[in-house]
Order: sequence, then structure tokens, then C-alpha cells
Amino acid sequence: MIDALTLAVGVTALALAVWCGHAAYRDQPTKDWHFIGMAVVSVLALAQLVVGVVQLTRGERPVKGTALFVAYLLGAAACVPGAGFMSLAERTRWGSATVAAGAVILAVLQVRLYDIWGG
Amino acid sequence: MTEPATTAGEGGLGKGPGRLLVWLYGVFTVAAASRSIVQMALHFGDAPLAYVLSAVAAVVYAFITYSLVRGGEGARRAALVCCALELLGVLTVGTWTLADPGAFPDATVWSDYGVGYLFIPVILPVTAVVWLRRAPVSASR
Repeated sequence: MIDALTLAVGVTALALAVWCGHAAYRDQPTKDWHFIGMAVVSVLALAQLVVGVVQLTRGERPVKGTALFVAYLLGAAACVPGAGFMSLAERTRWGSATVAAGAVILAVLQVRLYDIWGG
Repeated sequence: MTEPATTAGEGGLGKGPGRLLVWLYGVFTVAAASRSIVQMALHFGDAPLAYVLSAVAAVVYAFITYSLVRGGEGARRAALVCCALELLGVLTVGTWTLADPGAFPDATVWSDYGVGYLFIPVILPVTAVVWLRRAPVSASR
């Protein structure tokens, strides 16, 4: 379950990165559709946080440590919303670039999360 | 003399390309800080030097983030000094970890020139210095 969500968040995050990176390349700020995309990725990351915590309460333990796992889950959940708020303040191509960077970071976090959980 | 106070977002340093830098520095502040806090809290004895260096990195990142947001000539100078310090830190710690791996049973943020962080720790200060030298200071109002 958690592995499927990790994969889903990773893939959608990369798609978001390409999409917003393309907007930055074309000198465009983030638009409504981008924010819907960010919302989708954020909801998936939140679901991952919930599922991760539920699995911990069931007694399952990540290979590399619980504290590290929770820290990464929280970071992953906050990543895209944080970038989204910054792009609201920056209505230029650089706002799009910020979201793209945030999405890449989220994808990297997913690789690490997979590793920490026991891949 | 201090620069006239500028509210966040009005300073030229944290706008445009600067916004991307604020975001990346913010992320690295959180990453380095949480890393060192978790490691110090759980097993400080394992690699004290590595964990302290991560904490130092976190402080440097936090200060640069703050300076970029604050804006103005004073902040620009302070950030430039810190970026130089950061680059020096990455290069020193990177070389040190390669030359004497025995001193580092566990990795720091700056180990092997930041390889665990996609080399962003090396790229970031260089990019920031270029931006800090170019950013319009007149935009501080």
C-alpha cells in the first residue's frame, strides 16, 4: 500500500515538475490548472502520510528508523503546498520554476522514503 | 547605516530568480536542520563531528534564506559572505570526507561535495553569488 502510494506520488511529482518547468520555459506564471495539479499531488502526499502513520500504529517498522520515516513523510506532505504558496507570491516564470523545483525535490524524497521503508 | 526596512517580497533579492533561491535555501535549511536534530537526538555518539557540521550547515542556510527575504544592501553583503562561507564549507568538508573517511562514520549534508543531495550544495552557493551580484538593489523599494 505504502509502496504503491510512494510510486504514485513520485510519478505525479515528476509530471508536475515537467509541466511547471515547461511553463517556466515559456515564460508563464502558474495558472489555475497548475494549482489543480499541485492539489492532486499534495492530496496523494497527504494520503501517504496518513497511510504511513496507520502502518506505524499497526506495529510495522521502517527498516531505517521510525523518526527518519516520519520526518520524510512530513517533509513530503509540506513540499508542494510550500512551493505553491511561493508561486502565488511570484507571478512570473520564476514562480513556475519554484514549483518545478519543489516537485523534483518531492520525487527525490519518494526515492528516499522507499529506501527508508525497506526497499 | 541600515537600509530602509523593506517588507518581505519587496526586497529585490527575494524576487524573480531570487524566489527560487529562497525556496531552495529554505528547503535545505529544513533538510539540514531536521537531519542534524534527528541524528543528534538519536545517536549523537556515533559521529559527533558529522552531526555538528550538519547543524552548522543548517545555520548558514537559515541565515542566507533570511537575508534573501530581508533584501537591501546590508542583507546582500551578509548573504555574499555567507555564500562564500558555504562554498568554502562544502569544498572543505567534501575534500575532508574523501581524504579522511575515518573521521566521518556517518555522512553530513556536505559529505563528498553533497553527492547525497544531487550536488545541489555545491551548485547553490555559486548560483546565489551570481544572483546576489546581479540583483537590482534599487528594487528595495
